[in-house]
Amino acid sequence: MINPGEIAIVGAAESTRIGTVPDMAQIMLHADAALNAMADAGLKPGDIDGVACVGPMMPQQIAHYLGITAKWVDGTGVGGCSFMLHVRHAAAAIHAGYCKTVLITHGESGKSRVNGTPRPAEPQSLNGQFEAPFGPMGPPTLFPIPVLRYMKTYGVTHEQMAQVAVVQREWAAKNPRAAFKDPITIDDVLNSKMIAYPFRLLQCCLVTDGGGALILTSSDRAKDFLNKPCYILGAGESVETTMVSQMEDFTSSRAFRMAGPEAFRMAGIRHADVDHLMIYDAFAHLPMYGLEDLGFVKRGEAKDFIWERNTAPGGKLPINTNGGGLSYTHTGMYGMFALQESVRQVRGIAPAQVPNVKISVAHGVGGMFSASGTVVLSNQRP
Amino acid sequence: MSLEPGRARPEPTPETRHFWEGLRQGKLLLQRCGDTGKPYFPPRPFSPYTGTRNVEVFEASGRGTLYSYVIHHRPVPGFKPPYGIAVVELEEGPRMMTNIVECPQTPEALVLDMKLEFAPTKMDDDITLPLFRRVNEG
Repeated sequence: MINPGEIAIVGAAESTRIGTVPDMAQIMLHADAALNAMADAGLKPGDIDGVACVGPMMPQQIAHYLGITAKWVDGTGVGGCSFMLHVRHAAAAIHAGYCKTVLITHGESGKSRVNGTPRPAEPQSLNGQFEAPFGPMGPPTLFPIPVLRYMKTYGVTHEQMAQVAVVQREWAAKNPRAAFKDPITIDDVLNSKMIAYPFRLLQCCLVTDGGGALILTSSDRAKDFLNKPCYILGAGESVETTMVSQMEDFTSSRAFRMAGPEAFRMAGIRHADVDHLMIYDAFAHLPMYGLEDLGFVKRGEAKDFIWERNTAPGGKLPINTNGGGLSYTHTGMYGMFALQESVRQVRGIAPAQVPNVKISVAHGVGGMFSASGTVVLSNQRP
Repeated sequence: MSLEPGRARPEPTPETRHFWEGLRQGKLLLQRCGDTGKPYFPPRPFSPYTGTRNVEVFEASGRGTLYSYVIHHRPVPGFKPPYGIAVVELEEGPRMMTNIVECPQTPEALVLDMKLEFAPTKMDDDITLPLFRRVNEG
């Protein structure tokens, strides 16, 4: 068994620029972030012997581009939370002795589309047969499909759903790298352009360019690196379905309910131990589902918890302190940026630093409630 | 009721061909697990509950309720915005994505849990889509 804190993140960085980066192809966004992470750790490509990134044929592309000879790779691609799964898989691989030092990269030219990722729904796929004919066009039409059912079940108002975006903008205002920093009100959210009722523009994530990278190794070696190690206490993962119409419960994600508790169990922590939380917010309902499915609040209570500013600056459970996918950045696979913010918070170097963070949880979603990964990080080894 | 051209067209596979052939004949076909008797969707030649290949195809009643939806406000080929993308919960249990036809595409008209009925709608000679319409009670 792998022990909590046995593996650590010793290098972490985002691409030099995020937002609109038309002068970098997607593969260069991977590489730019990877070089920054290596600099952060004080490592060269020759020091890396494991590579993880999203998608078929990608580990070899990234390894070769960066000049890495890998003895372990992982191309797990389950959507935007893939990086949480990479962290979990890499920790297991290092524990098993398959490799010593793993580089996890993300790069996506989501906005500029320079060598971007095509995303067609193949007409013979299940999605192509049983969802595409009814008019969905990407995540804004699919991710909110369960929302009206959730709102009816728990009596969530449009104002309460809008509060998620308002609170996250408050965090973004403290972050110079955030795409949107100007304060917004509930009325601003509810008067913004309708995208897919019940959601309006300010309840949908950004589409940006950017990248991020992490370097993991055994905690016994971690003291040799430039920065204080960020220990991996636990991690969990799960998948449900690629078709949002087929999720088993429209008011809760089964993948969340699997990944979250497993990460907590492995870490040996309770909810009260968590000082800082990232919940991948592709759309405004995600923090509500995340809070409930991870057990921070009871079912139906997230609307009040957020409304009462518990997740806002100064609140008892700061969430999405970089501004989140709604206001910071969202390349298409935001999970890497949630992890980066968790690392910054436990290192104590976040732009909107929460005082005395010892334990941070980064919780990700992939696809439309299709997959999930949760990682528990700490600056203290148990 | 006819469809505007341009919608994404499904392509049946060997595992789903009976479903689309049923639609072509105006029938909504589901499958039932031979071990548990529980209906399931989407089509596959084994049960997602127990893994048994002992499954049967049966015709659904065509009755259901509106489970959830969005109203999309941006243009998509084959659709005139705003249009609803809905999920119907069938009387037999399974849910499926659909569109609600012959109904204003507004939150006032699209009321969760309202009764729906199967409205098979021809796309072309081979493909008929399982759309739904409101049941007028009264």
